[in-house]
Amino acid sequence: MIDVVMPQMGESIVEGTLTKWLKKAGDRVERDEPLFEISTDKVDTEIPSPSAGVLAEILVEEGKTVAVNTVVARIDEKGEARPAAAAVTRAAEAVKPAPPAVPTVQAQPAPAETAATATESAAEPSEAELGPLSPLVRKMAREHNLDLREVRGTGAGGRITKQDVEAYLAARAARGGAVPPAPAPQPVPATAPPPAPEAMPTAPAAEVPVARPEAPKTRIEPMSIMRAKIAEHMVMSKRTSAHVTTVHRIDMTAVARLRERFKEEVKARYGYSLTFLPFFVRAACEALRAFPIVNASIEGSNIIYHNEINIGIAVALEGGLIVPVIRRADELNVLGLQRAIVDLASRARSRQLKPDEVHGGTFSITNFGSNGSLFGTPVINQPQVAILGIGVVEKAPVVINDAIAIRHVSLTGLTFDHRLIDGALADQFMQKVKSVLEGWSEQVL
Amino acid sequence: MLKCEFSDLGRMSYSAAFELQHLLVGQRKQELIPDQFLIVEHPHVITLGRNGKPEHLLAGEEALRRAGIEFHLTDRGGDITYHGPGQVVGYPILDLRHWRRDVAAYVRAIEQVLIDALQEFGITAGRLEGATGVWVDGRKVAAIGVHISRWITYHGFALNLNTDLSYFQYIIPCGLTRPVTSMEQLGCRASRAEVVAAIVRCFGRVFEREMVQAERCKQEAI
Repeated sequence: MIDVVMPQMGESIVEGTLTKWLKKAGDRVERDEPLFEISTDKVDTEIPSPSAGVLAEILVEEGKTVAVNTVVARIDEKGEARPAAAAVTRAAEAVKPAPPAVPTVQAQPAPAETAATATESAAEPSEAELGPLSPLVRKMAREHNLDLREVRGTGAGGRITKQDVEAYLAARAARGGAVPPAPAPQPVPATAPPPAPEAMPTAPAAEVPVARPEAPKTRIEPMSIMRAKIAEHMVMSKRTSAHVTTVHRIDMTAVARLRERFKEEVKARYGYSLTFLPFFVRAACEALRAFPIVNASIEGSNIIYHNEINIGIAVALEGGLIVPVIRRADELNVLGLQRAIVDLASRARSRQLKPDEVHGGTFSITNFGSNGSLFGTPVINQPQVAILGIGVVEKAPVVINDAIAIRHVSLTGLTFDHRLIDGALADQFMQKVKSVLEGWSEQVL
Repeated sequence: MLKCEFSDLGRMSYSAAFELQHLLVGQRKQELIPDQFLIVEHPHVITLGRNGKPEHLLAGEEALRRAGIEFHLTDRGGDITYHGPGQVVGYPILDLRHWRRDVAAYVRAIEQVLIDALQEFGITAGRLEGATGVWVDGRKVAAIGVHISRWITYHGFALNLNTDLSYFQYIIPCGLTRPVTSMEQLGCRASRAEVVAAIVRCFGRVFEREMVQAERCKQEAI
């Protein structure tokens, strides 16, 4: 049990009024999740939970003023969410159903992943659905041919234990239910696919499974701050700019040869891999110098031309993205750009970017080609007016001088704000990018 | 010295300013941005803090609608208050972990900023024991209400510059039956820009921050 205390909010403050509990007894809380609010002289403060677990006891009611360091609640770190009945609580709260025993707080895979794993797991449910499963529990489930989704877990965090499986089997036997080799068809949770065909054959559909808490059809989770921010920015950008995309096919053969030649050397000497991205950044800088309006932004009815070329590179993070900025990118060569990209991306992923490293971009580049995308129509990073989207660089048959050749090509697009940039200019910009990349001098890195 | 970005956003609705604060609080929590100091002016609006008493609102909804006043429940500390044209409203978004980790000292410091700024215009203002805010001869010239989440502040203060004080008749300000006043009523004819500049200057001095004009307050981290 962890004690939650009235925090010290300042030297001169000796007490605080607990104004609101944001969780009820029996609720699950995560570490740092707001737990209650206090009020001291014109200041309302949210207090985060010191630990993850279940709010076991509320010791100080709303409206009470207590001294600093008074224990106001206890958190059971190993506890399981349960109906708020035993602990200090109000009748009205008991009406609300408790969260289901199946833990939903384990790291949730992205929706796409859920779909992917679910197809494999018709016979054997995945840990994503049930939480961690011990090898013994898995073995027992296989031997007795039972669906673990039907077993109610009573272990830590709702985990299924050996005892739970034994209890389930005993209950099944007591009801004269199906014996191991002839499993009953199971009710399928709303999100899971139909059971595998071989599980169907003999047993009649009338078999009633052991009662288990009804599977919820939806799960509600507040957006992370980053997700909410991204959502807001994306809609704001779409509302602000007149998005248009133009796609050009770029022959990357010259760059691919150069990269092939220097790859090993760069890796050995500098410790990072040489990718296509810094070549695109270099080419974009050349084009931005030639067409400064693409490096501009709009403020009211004014056009602001930026004298520096600061290029934002979109970096995918777990559960979001961020666009760190390479300042004065036009002053760096390919190796310098590659180093900056590797550095910013790794620090973005470990959340160690400094505030000014994500601000002040004048143009952005997103490299969805690294995930296999042919071409895309990205959203402009406001207040910029254009973003370069790089499609996958791959070998393709190309007609050159009426002969078919195999070349490295990339479909690369410019998404631009048509309020400021006209289609013809966007295409001239892309022609410049294309000519730099296609005519890359082999001497230069 | 740590930086604090400030920007005068001019007229902005209460809800828009509230959303902007939330956005910036989120970014500040992740240390994506330095401390922020937003300055706005709201259209007529009456707001009630979460621990305020609804009976301190003296007019019914119908009367407010007729007078063109919005009403909002909000999550700042303090009771009921009025915002409107002629007021300089300041919303500091500071990480108090980099200051003094002291919410009481924070409120006293906000008072000090306003007391210092008023002094620049020849107005001697002070505190009133047990009644947070800035006072001149028993009349309240500025109100304060703050919310803190993981030591990040939002909401802030409202200073009456040339506010139409008759709008305060609809409420019992902060639950106190004491009169309100404005800089104009105290004989000061300073422009909004001059007052904002003084507040920003004093803010930097009291909080020991280098005040830099935000390039674009709504600039996104994405």
